[in-house]
Amino acid sequence: MVALPARERPQLRCCGASGCRHAGAGPLLAALRAAAAAGGPAADDMSAGASAALQPLEVRSVGCLRLCGEGPLLAWDGPEGTRLFGGLAPAAAAALVDQVRGVASLPLAADPALAGHQLDLEQPFFRLQRPLVLEGCGIVDPECIEAALAHGSYAQLRRVLHELSPEAVREQVRRSGLRGRGGGGYPTGLKWDTVALQPPGRRYVVCNADEGDPGAFMDRSVLEGDPHRLLEGMAIAAYAVGADHGYLYVRAEYPLAIERLRLALQQARQQGLLGQGIAGSSFNLDLEVRVGAGAYVCGEETALLHSIQGQRGTPRTRPPYPAQAGLWGAPTLINNVETFAAVPVILREGGDWYAAIGSGNSRGTKVFSLSGAIRHTGLVEVPMGTSLRTVVETMGGGDPDGGAVKAVQTGGPSGGCIPAALLDTPVDFESLLALGSMMGSGGMVVIGQGTAMPEVARHFMAFSVNESCGKCVPCRAGTVQLLALLDRCLERGATAADLEALEALCAMVKATSLCGLGQAAPNPVLSTLRHFRQEYSAAPGAGR
Amino acid sequence: MTEAPLPAQAHPQAQSSALTGGQGRPRLRLATVWLAGCSGCHMSFLDLDEFLFELAEAVEIVYSPVASDTKIYPEQVDVCLVEGAVANVDNLELALTLRQRTALVISFGDCAISANVPGLRNLFSAPGRDSARTVLERGYLELADASGQLPHAPGVVPELLPRVLPLHEVIPVDLYLPGCPPSAERIRAAIAPLLLGQRPLMEGAAMLRFG
Amino acid sequence: MSVITLQVDGRDVAVPAGSTLLQAIRAAGLSVPTLCHLDGLDPVGACRLCLVEVEGGQRLLPACASEASEGQVIRTDTAQLQGYRRMAVELFFAEGNHVCAFCVANGQCELQDVAVAVGMDHSRFPYQYPQRSVDASHRHFSLDHNRCILCTRCVRVCDQIEGAHVWDVAERGSDCRIVAGLDQPWGEVEACTSCGKCVDVCPTGALYANEDTTAEKHPHPERAHQLRRAREHQQWLR
Ligand SMILES: Cc1cc2nc3c(=O)[nH]c(=O)nc-3n(C[C@H](O)[C@H](O)[C@H](O)COP(=O)(O)O)c2cc1C
Ligand code: SF4
Ligand code: SF4
Ligand code: SF4
Ligand code: FES
Ligand code: FES
Repeated sequence: MVALPARERPQLRCCGASGCRHAGAGPLLAALRAAAAAGGPAADDMSAGASAALQPLEVRSVGCLRLCGEGPLLAWDGPEGTRLFGGLAPAAAAALVDQVRGVASLPLAADPALAGHQLDLEQPFFRLQRPLVLEGCGIVDPECIEAALAHGSYAQLRRVLHELSPEAVREQVRRSGLRGRGGGGYPTGLKWDTVALQPPGRRYVVCNADEGDPGAFMDRSVLEGDPHRLLEGMAIAAYAVGADHGYLYVRAEYPLAIERLRLALQQARQQGLLGQGIAGSSFNLDLEVRVGAGAYVCGEETALLHSIQGQRGTPRTRPPYPAQAGLWGAPTLINNVETFAAVPVILREGGDWYAAIGSGNSRGTKVFSLSGAIRHTGLVEVPMGTSLRTVVETMGGGDPDGGAVKAVQTGGPSGGCIPAALLDTPVDFESLLALGSMMGSGGMVVIGQGTAMPEVARHFMAFSVNESCGKCVPCRAGTVQLLALLDRCLERGATAADLEALEALCAMVKATSLCGLGQAAPNPVLSTLRHFRQEYSAAPGAGR
Repeated sequence: MTEAPLPAQAHPQAQSSALTGGQGRPRLRLATVWLAGCSGCHMSFLDLDEFLFELAEAVEIVYSPVASDTKIYPEQVDVCLVEGAVANVDNLELALTLRQRTALVISFGDCAISANVPGLRNLFSAPGRDSARTVLERGYLELADASGQLPHAPGVVPELLPRVLPLHEVIPVDLYLPGCPPSAERIRAAIAPLLLGQRPLMEGAAMLRFG
Repeated sequence: MSVITLQVDGRDVAVPAGSTLLQAIRAAGLSVPTLCHLDGLDPVGACRLCLVEVEGGQRLLPACASEASEGQVIRTDTAQLQGYRRMAVELFFAEGNHVCAFCVANGQCELQDVAVAVGMDHSRFPYQYPQRSVDASHRHFSLDHNRCILCTRCVRVCDQIEGAHVWDVAERGSDCRIVAGLDQPWGEVEACTSCGKCVDVCPTGALYANEDTTAEKHPHPERAHQLRRAREHQQWLR
């Protein structure tokens, strides 16, 4: 993933994903390319008469290199293996290129422009990762289909189209134990079967790339870092369920992802990997990008389908499930980005191989985005069942100021807070649910000692108030009242009656809301009440 | 959601007399209170006509704007019908006092129950600007001639509260008697069981409908 | 026609396959409170008053929008459901501006009716006093947003029965409101045929005829069903 095997001809991989772009990756990349060109021929424009004294130096823009908090990140692959740098200014580009070429006057460690910027690739943050979904992220140039093909993309699609029946594909996915990564954890193989086994007729395949949980950027990293893997997974899915048309629904807040996805679609069509008669088979598939309009609830599958149809993005009662009646009434397979992106590796290595990773009913790996009060913020992919402690303390490095972690929030506004005392919990669907939280899509926000938990609950409730679609009354009006109750608790401390009222309304909103947004909106309150109840009464004037 | 505690806990001695008063026992001590309302509920109460005579036999009216001259809310009241919302500091003070001295407090009419019409001024609160200020300025400055001024006479003219509140947001309430106003029949149906020491059954359109 | 049997509050009932739980409940001679549902319009499952418990099911189901299935055992009136329904009604009252005494629908209002049905004698949730407006731009009718409960009956009747699709919902969450045309004054929307069906089916005092004042509204919620049945079965007389 980040560290590559030693290689003779050096190359630079500069992270060009959103996180690092915000940290200044653009100017750094330009400066590196300029420095590489000034000192000698850069790889892209090597002319015949290039000086042999200077090695050609390839500078690639790649997807997320994981340790986003230290961005912009730069990997240097050479004969000594990979070295990683963080937070380099464009002014340091020349010094780095000199180091790569071996023409620097000072040793690396003594170079003032670079010293202190090198990051340890042997630290647990990198060492404990298990990249499957993110296999190509940070390695391939996401804007270049040749890079993706060289890295193995579309090989499984070709093989599947020529060698496997749709049923055989689904068999592998069933065996893999893969469950939906969009939050619900529904068994993917079962969903594919449900769509495939509907009466004959048109079917659709839809990728949910609406990633709306605050602090979550797993899907964005795949979209920005390795879009062809996603397209391959989706194409395999379409083949397995008999769909010939599909949509990628991406939130508007991801302009770079949208741009790269559109480019990737165009490249795939040019290569005959999408469109009519894919890879010489009789299989046809067209995929289109649909851009959301900024509503969180459009990540809910039925709302998303309405939105694709050009209607107001509100959820509807299920059943019928989209697998039975989705887009324009046709059976529709809808999966999350990460779910689709896990498919190529499952077919390459086999369902059983994938199922051997993970624990309990949660198989394979899961990508998490680590943020909040933590030393190493960024992207990690670990086997399911890894403990929260390993992720947060060992890999994430714990609290940046050396204090103790207070809690970990998983599952965003639908999830809950897990107290530090329970950090040994394995990260899998069931364990998190049992603690009143949930896996969600993979956002993990670490909460430090200084944060009051009722404030955290209030923050998420305010989110739900803003994002409720307004269709059903418990969510539309209930969350407003919950927010008011939380405000009262925060203002003057909760009385026993306040807490009782809070719990009663939470129960009602959870049980009676129409869709997952409302049903899960009380979770942050309930989980903090469960694990940090005393903090609710501790505010000024409590117990009056 | 601030459900009233049972009156029995709030006021054990008085409560027992409220629910067991009747023949042979001291007469039920009844109060009626008029907060921010239009007096319509009290007018409806007076519509009880001949039942008022029965009532006069069975209860002692210890405090009421329509049937008593007492100015200070007495101790040891068994039942109090409270008309109107809580709109100013006097309303608030009286509400707190009556709760302490009364076994069974009834929100009498829609204004006490939901703030209803007096509560409409709450529509004029904006962030950083309470509705009291808005309506006072509108009434005493904007619509007045050049000499207009905001009323200010502490201790004489009660200050408005920032928001008009239903009674149960200020004190625990034991029974709700909706209607704007509650019809005389509904009032009678609610009070009659109390005279026998029973709690009225507040069910169905005859007893519950707002408006 | 195939028939399925199920049990509602202990009573066995047989209904045609494809019936909703609500139809099954009615067939059993029972009822549940409803607000957004109206016979003759497609269900939306928005008010959540008709939720019922299903034995062995994890979630409550909206009777109006759920298909009945063979062997189901449902309960319509447990203490839990009663509690939730009451809270839902309290939330409806607290989120709008309802002063029944001065409402055109007073005495004819389905929101009042369900408040009575669930025993809602006061709201434990503080009233929100949202800032809402009245659209009196139409020659014959008005829309008072203060009394709108967002049931979308008007939206559906106009779209599904009248075929004019004048109404929609705009915004989200507690900012939701019914809009005419492209969020225009109602009177300026040319698509409106002034048929009055929305006024007929509105369960509250939100939509009313201009000549009606306090307590004078005469809703006709049955019209949606009459028209639908008439068209589907070519029976134009009742
Ligand atoms: C309010 C709400 C928001 C959601 N947002 C997303 C999202 O952003 N991305 C996503 O993949 N799934 C989201 N989901 C879950 C989807 O409804 C659906 O379960 C998922 O896309 C199915 O794909 P999977 O089986 O691969 O997880 C959301 C659900 C709810 C209730
Ligand atoms: S739960 Fe919330 S988001 Fe979902 S349908 Fe109801 S109002 Fe809309
Ligand atoms: S719409 Fe119904 S509940 Fe609302 S004020 Fe009018 S009568 Fe009362
Ligand atoms: S105007 Fe009436 S019918 Fe339309 S949504 Fe509001 S309450 Fe329902
Ligand atoms: S975005 Fe650059 S390392 Fe994650
Ligand atoms: S009547 Fe079924 S949800 Fe409203």
